[in-house]
Amino acid sequence: MSNVKQSASAGEIGAWELLTYRVGKWLKSPTPYLMLVGFALFFGAWYLLSEVFRFWRFASLPGPKAVLTEWFNPNPVYGMSLYTPDYYIHIWSSMRRVLYAFIISTGLGVPFGLFLGWSKNFREFTFPVFETLRPIPVLAWVPLAIVMFKGDETPVIFLTTLASFYATALNTMLGVQSIDVSYPRAAACLGASKWQIFRHIIIPGALPFIFTGLQISVGVAWFSLVAAEMVSGEYGLGYLILASYVNVQYPIIIIGMISVGIVGYASSALVRMAGDYMMQWRVRELALGGAR
Amino acid sequence: MNAPAAQAAASKGAIRIQNVDKVYDAKEGPVQAVSDCTLDIRAGEICMIVGPSGCGKTTLLNAIAGFHDITGGSIHLDGEMLCGPERPKAEPGPDRVVVFQNGALFPWKTNLENVAFGPVVQGKMTRSQAEQKARGMMADAGLIGVEHNYPGEVSSGMRRRVEIVRALMNDPKVLLLDEPFRALDQLTKSVMHEALLEIYYRNKVTIFFITHDLEEAIFLGHRVAIMTTRPCKPKKILEVDIPHPRDYSVLTSPRFRELMEETVSAVHEEAVKAFEAGEKEM
Repeated sequence: MSNVKQSASAGEIGAWELLTYRVGKWLKSPTPYLMLVGFALFFGAWYLLSEVFRFWRFASLPGPKAVLTEWFNPNPVYGMSLYTPDYYIHIWSSMRRVLYAFIISTGLGVPFGLFLGWSKNFREFTFPVFETLRPIPVLAWVPLAIVMFKGDETPVIFLTTLASFYATALNTMLGVQSIDVSYPRAAACLGASKWQIFRHIIIPGALPFIFTGLQISVGVAWFSLVAAEMVSGEYGLGYLILASYVNVQYPIIIIGMISVGIVGYASSALVRMAGDYMMQWRVRELALGGAR
Repeated sequence: MNAPAAQAAASKGAIRIQNVDKVYDAKEGPVQAVSDCTLDIRAGEICMIVGPSGCGKTTLLNAIAGFHDITGGSIHLDGEMLCGPERPKAEPGPDRVVVFQNGALFPWKTNLENVAFGPVVQGKMTRSQAEQKARGMMADAGLIGVEHNYPGEVSSGMRRRVEIVRALMNDPKVLLLDEPFRALDQLTKSVMHEALLEIYYRNKVTIFFITHDLEEAIFLGHRVAIMTTRPCKPKKILEVDIPHPRDYSVLTSPRFRELMEETVSAVHEEAVKAFEAGEKEM
């Protein structure tokens, strides 16, 4: 009985205690230090190749020193740094587009994927079309997007949505198909109707795959966003990267690239956190070392 | 044969399996999983179904539960037809609840939510009423302090008990158990056997229990039906005349040993046949 009590109280650990415990554990593990070493090696190599030895083609690559001095410069040589409002307008434009695209692709992709997995008939008449459209690269859609959608914003959002939608829908479908047949059967035994099974079994059962899909989707959204912004649009990090190339402001290219990396990483982390929040059962199970 | 006292009290849950056939349409051609199977399960008894792997026992269970159709014969529950010539597939429902081989507690619901699930989805009780009843039934089964844990957080033996309580919440006529203790270690298994009997003495449902384990079969069952290898039909039906309530001391009694000997040869014969035919688990 004593271990029963223990596991019950383990379930009542607050979110804050859990967070501090995890951070403490993380700091005691080699992980953060190895990560720092990894970054140091990367930046060191970049610095040596581009600015010290000016080795081979790296001679024309802006070095980290040039990039950082520009980035942190209150009076930037090329007119853009952490101190200029323009920089944040670019970031915000991109973030807003990704957010819209992510909302649209999730709102359409999750239900679509659920029905793909749930209904054999629906799958049979939509999946072949879906699979034919899916390999078409986002860039191939650019001309059509510009013809079909008016203005600067909508084509970019359309292009960004596209690849995300595929990732979300496909993973959601796989999520439904991954559900052990015993679960819907057990629910039917207990008197659940078809819709109750859908709500109580299919949706939560597919959730781990859905969130895998959403993480891929948000990554892919940044990927296609930059491509789309290079073609159309006035602001945004993709536009910034291309414009800096045209204007021969090479350090800004790197600033734009690193900014995409950081914001993209942060958005993936947010999606992962949302997933952990919605799947407490999984977090707790994994915390026990996968007791199943 | 005198009906043991424990089963006399129950009057519901008699299953009549008559001439049931089941042919699967497999890739390599039709497979006869069950052939002309006739078996009467008395109301309130524990009927153990023993047979080699892949002999079609689970097919029979799936037919009763309503997961699969049958291709011939009929199955009645208390005189009402579940499936038969006009309706090859029974409708799954809370009068016949299955406890699955690998466990099917919903991992995304807490133990309490799992147990309360049946009456809530059937619209018989509100959530709070169902949870109150669930708490009571879990307490009776010794499941205190795990209500708000997820199934993945408790031991496998406890998960099995939660699943059995979840089934009993619906006042089923029949419990259909498909090797529920197969994945448990020997010690946990023995605890679960006594726990199951205790639950049974309190609830008096008919239990249809599939197993490979002869000792388990004789220890728990009023009767043990030994099935032939595929196609599946009863080869021998053994009345276990050890009176209920039973506890683990029964295992060392001479009568238990005699019954074991009586069944071992019959089961072994079928197991050899199945092995030689290279049957796969279905």
